[in-house]
Amino acid sequence: MKPSPFDYHAPRELGEALEVLFGTAPYGKILAGGQSLIPMLNMRLAAPSHLVDINRVAELDTLSVEPGGVRVGALARHAVVERSPAVAAVQPLLPAALRLVAHPVIRNRGTVVGSLVHADPSAELPAVLAVLGGSVRLARHGAPVREVAAEAFFTGPLESAIEPDELAVSAFFPALPPRAGTAFREVARRHGDYAMAGAAAVVTLDEDLRIASAKVACVSAGPVPVVIDLSEVCARRPAASADWEAVAAAVRDAVDPDEDIHATAHYRRHLAGVLAERALRVAAAEAQRAAAGAVAGGVDGGGDHGVNGAGEGSE
Amino acid sequence: MSETTSGTAAERRYAISLTVNGTVREANVPARRLLSDCLRHELGLTGTHVGCEHGVCGCCTVLLDGEPVRSCLTFAVTVDGREITTVEGLAGPGGELSPVQRAFSECHALQCGFCTPGFLCTVTALLRDNPAPTEDEVLDGISGNLCRCTGYQNIVKAVHRAAELTAEAEGGAA
Repeated sequence: MKPSPFDYHAPRELGEALEVLFGTAPYGKILAGGQSLIPMLNMRLAAPSHLVDINRVAELDTLSVEPGGVRVGALARHAVVERSPAVAAVQPLLPAALRLVAHPVIRNRGTVVGSLVHADPSAELPAVLAVLGGSVRLARHGAPVREVAAEAFFTGPLESAIEPDELAVSAFFPALPPRAGTAFREVARRHGDYAMAGAAAVVTLDEDLRIASAKVACVSAGPVPVVIDLSEVCARRPAASADWEAVAAAVRDAVDPDEDIHATAHYRRHLAGVLAERALRVAAAEAQRAAAGAVAGGVDGGGDHGVNGAGEGSE
Repeated sequence: MSETTSGTAAERRYAISLTVNGTVREANVPARRLLSDCLRHELGLTGTHVGCEHGVCGCCTVLLDGEPVRSCLTFAVTVDGREITTVEGLAGPGGELSPVQRAFSECHALQCGFCTPGFLCTVTALLRDNPAPTEDEVLDGISGNLCRCTGYQNIVKAVHRAAELTAEAEGGAA
């Protein structure tokens, strides 16, 4: 099928984009990579009367490593973020999750911020933002920008806190602290499909290499990414002697997956437990490696990686 | 890109210019015209195939400034002024097959041929970025392209063969 007609706007500056969006709200929709929006338009699941194409707004095509994390501009394509060594050094969970997002060809076009705004509870990037405690920066014509924390940003399936006249200009993914590790594990029917279940995990160790904090965000486990703090269940023990069965049970209790043609709710719940445990074990091993590296004298905390402009994909 | 209108109730059209396979081509399209349809209908380049039209099958993959993208998930107006390579642009100036095309032919990597233009574009970019991919890298690279005939074995074989052919050609030229 083909999209229904819409009025097309192609601003070159952010201010202009915000003005158009303000003037057409609530009937306008932002087009960035279009890898989720255009299928919805093609199938006429969405039929906005105005489309604001931000692909020419060069100031949104940014990717920078800031103190404390990575800031991804609205036009940074998945592929650019995935391949950035500076991003991988500061927050390895981001490239690990990006490799699971659809297919390489889709990632050439799709944007990280677009995936967040699309807010699919089965998608990887909302879970990454949620488990890291990141945030999304929203701009609106004639108003100061506001920064919305992940926990307040995702409000339901395909729903976020963004207002119809707001544009998500960037997202912030906090850096990995010292002695910490991450991992993403998922099970999908086919490579590149939305996962039936999955978990993004972050583990931080204390100076004696015991688990100080352990957190997962589960995908396809509820209306929004389900963040579960498992620090107490891990009971400040080393990874080797943690009660992983209790961890998996706590995850199974915390998720509330739906059932569909691909999997029963029971099976998804089971998968969530298994995948969360696997992701946490890998994250704990990564954290141990990071701690050992730091002790060995390597400065491996992220500091001076410079700014990596997202040149690729700019017009 | 400039706006044009024809008739009173008619949908607004945009005059766009694309460099397709090295030639500047102009078209007058509504904003909702997909790049795949623009290539096929406005420009008459029917080598780009349209399968699912929602980004799943990969048949419509073309190169946008050298990078493979789904032309059914891109509006023609968005890529005004950019460079597009379609399957028609992969062969050499004299019509000789590219290494990827030769390998697909030699390895019987196509049967009905519907998915082939998308595979050829995807694999051309894959081998340019990674001239000697491992088995896993090949599988990951072509995972977004569906073939309903071959079972993929010969396609995977063809990707490795194309890598060999390219290396031979470059070795010979050096």
